Amino acid sequence: MRVMAQIAMVMNLDKCIGCHTCSVTCKQVWTNRPGTEYVYFNNVETKPGVGYPKRYEDQEQWQGGWTLDRKGRLALKAGGRVKKLATLFWNPHLPSIDDYGDPWTYDYQTLIDAPAGTPNPSAHAISALTGKDMPIRWGANWEDNLAGAPGGAEADPNLAGLQDAVRLAYEQAFMFYLPRICEHCLNPSCVASCPSGAMYKRAEDGIVLVDQDRCRGWRMCVSGCPYKKVYFNHRSGKAEKCTFCFPRIEAGQPTICSETCVGRLRYLGLLLYDADKVLAAAATPEPADLYQAQLGVFLDPDDPEVRAVATRQGIPADWLDAASRSPVYALIARHQVALPLHPEYRTLPMVWYIPPLSPVADVAGAYGDDADAVFAAIEALRIPAEYLANLFTAGDAGQVRRVLRVLAAIRTVMRAGQPVGHERGRPGRPVPAAGNRQVRRPVRDPAGPRRGRGAAAGPA
Amino acid sequence: MSGASGWQVFWWVVLPYIALAIFVVGHVWRWRYDQFGWTSRSTQLQERKLLKWGSPLFHYGTFAAIGGHVIGVLIPERWTRAIGIPETAYRWFSAGAGTLAAVLVIGGVVVLAGRRLLVPRVRATTSPIDYVALILLLIVILTGIAPTIGVNLLGHGYDYRTTVAPWFRGLFAFSPDVRAIASAPLIYQVHATAAWMIWAVWPFSRLVHAWSAPVWYLWRPYVVYRARRASPPAEPGTSGRRWRKIGVPY
Repeated sequence: MRVMAQIAMVMNLDKCIGCHTCSVTCKQVWTNRPGTEYVYFNNVETKPGVGYPKRYEDQEQWQGGWTLDRKGRLALKAGGRVKKLATLFWNPHLPSIDDYGDPWTYDYQTLIDAPAGTPNPSAHAISALTGKDMPIRWGANWEDNLAGAPGGAEADPNLAGLQDAVRLAYEQAFMFYLPRICEHCLNPSCVASCPSGAMYKRAEDGIVLVDQDRCRGWRMCVSGCPYKKVYFNHRSGKAEKCTFCFPRIEAGQPTICSETCVGRLRYLGLLLYDADKVLAAAATPEPADLYQAQLGVFLDPDDPEVRAVATRQGIPADWLDAASRSPVYALIARHQVALPLHPEYRTLPMVWYIPPLSPVADVAGAYGDDADAVFAAIEALRIPAEYLANLFTAGDAGQVRRVLRVLAAIRTVMRAGQPVGHERGRPGRPVPAAGNRQVRRPVRDPAGPRRGRGAAAGPA
Repeated sequence: MSGASGWQVFWWVVLPYIALAIFVVGHVWRWRYDQFGWTSRSTQLQERKLLKWGSPLFHYGTFAAIGGHVIGVLIPERWTRAIGIPETAYRWFSAGAGTLAAVLVIGGVVVLAGRRLLVPRVRATTSPIDYVALILLLIVILTGIAPTIGVNLLGHGYDYRTTVAPWFRGLFAFSPDVRAIASAPLIYQVHATAAWMIWAVWPFSRLVHAWSAPVWYLWRPYVVYRARRASPPAEPGTSGRRWRKIGVPY
């Protein structure tokens, strides 16, 4: 057993309102420089949609991540070391800037300098690449809130095989937001793809970084990352990526995306994992088993043996305490309500997602304490479980349904315990995070059990 | 050097040594002060269709051309004679392989130069030093290809291994044969001069990425871990190995 620590994130998709505040603050902090106009370490995608860059999830097209070779061994999907060096001069799998959208600003000076009397002077779009006028065709939020979805979102790779079941007609439309940052994978294919050895995973906290002094601009990390979360700075000629805000993390602060998240949907925490099991887990034969395999890599921070080995291997005591208090471990491993994004890429990603109930109102409180009705509601949710399964479990819809049922059950339990009537004005008990092991049976109202129709219903 | 005029000595001895000095000192300076700028500055993000042909053609052709120069310039003619290769055989090999390399390089550089000048997105990334390097490269390539095809393949042949090559090797032995190079045809002289100018420009241009050819990627562990603790000096016997398998104690 080789115990390593990993800073990880869980995002609760039910809470995301798609406001893009995370993207904006991230950009202000990290990528508001020439060369990084199109670079979003954090972006928020509307699903279904083709994503950023276009169709990045289709690895048959982009060849990112890992695959298994004929003998069942782990191999980079885009090809091994010799092929990497042979294609150094032209990377066959690199997205072009048009797959992201030509970044632009506006010629605001025209508005100011227009002579008096000019009817409606307009600010032209100016390409950040050439400084010249350009037509705007695509950008990071082009398909926000299903804009252009009929005719556009059908290209979402996660809809493969579901086209018959999923209609993007207005009456049947579904959508949710998927905020994305770098996954800081346990088995990062970008690091493995970097010919220079400029990319590395920090041994202490697992954050994946690009050494800007060592990067030589070979671009293999950009194509090697299946999440397309390594970007090429077109000014500096070097790769850049989400840093998990390591200067903030080191100072004990949350990442900027977490801190400014309006919905407070991001959980940050430490996880312990067994580095010796990573490769075997990533080489699990059946893609649908990869989620369970990754769970098997994590170590219980309260296990005395794990703590003893971790201490012996140099992990500080306060890190072990952080791991055992970690909401991320509770959500991912203890209660298993969070799921990895695209485990089939075999990178063992470390930003996990609590899948959305859609719409929440259909599940929450609508059926009171009637467990059977709640579970039936899961089947009737607008987002097909199969679609979520293509995102989070490599197609295993059973795991998605299990999580949604747990979430629905927790909601029912928590709502039953919410203060009502004369207690409404009083600050309630701090509501423990869903899945936290400190969750106890909520205090029942003295009036006794009631049909939980929400706080407004009052005592029965 | 007897019989060489002053400007011949200047042109064929002083200038090459100045270029060499700039080459060495420039690289040391660039490495110490500008590793952040040490990159291939790829423009594949901006334009990929032309680059698909231009870049591999140019690079693989250049490798072939470099290999040809090693054989033709660095290896003395008496060595190839000693192992029984006659001059005519060498010449036809040189003309054949050289023409192949020339076609690759000229094809690649035409695509790349055209792309750099005519594609607005690529042109916008081009710095003055890029233009200098590109112009010098074009001169070197054209003056290298013309005698390869025009003289060695189609013409009567010219044995540059008795003039250009001894002078070039002599520079590194500190006894350059000025009269040999001074007697070479003008096109070879232009070729050699432009080549020295490229050496002088090299450390300040994107050409430095050539020294970063990542061959050690072939045997490196896939996933690189780095710890923030200062790493102890290399153990005796490990020859300063930089990559360690993770978990292996120091």
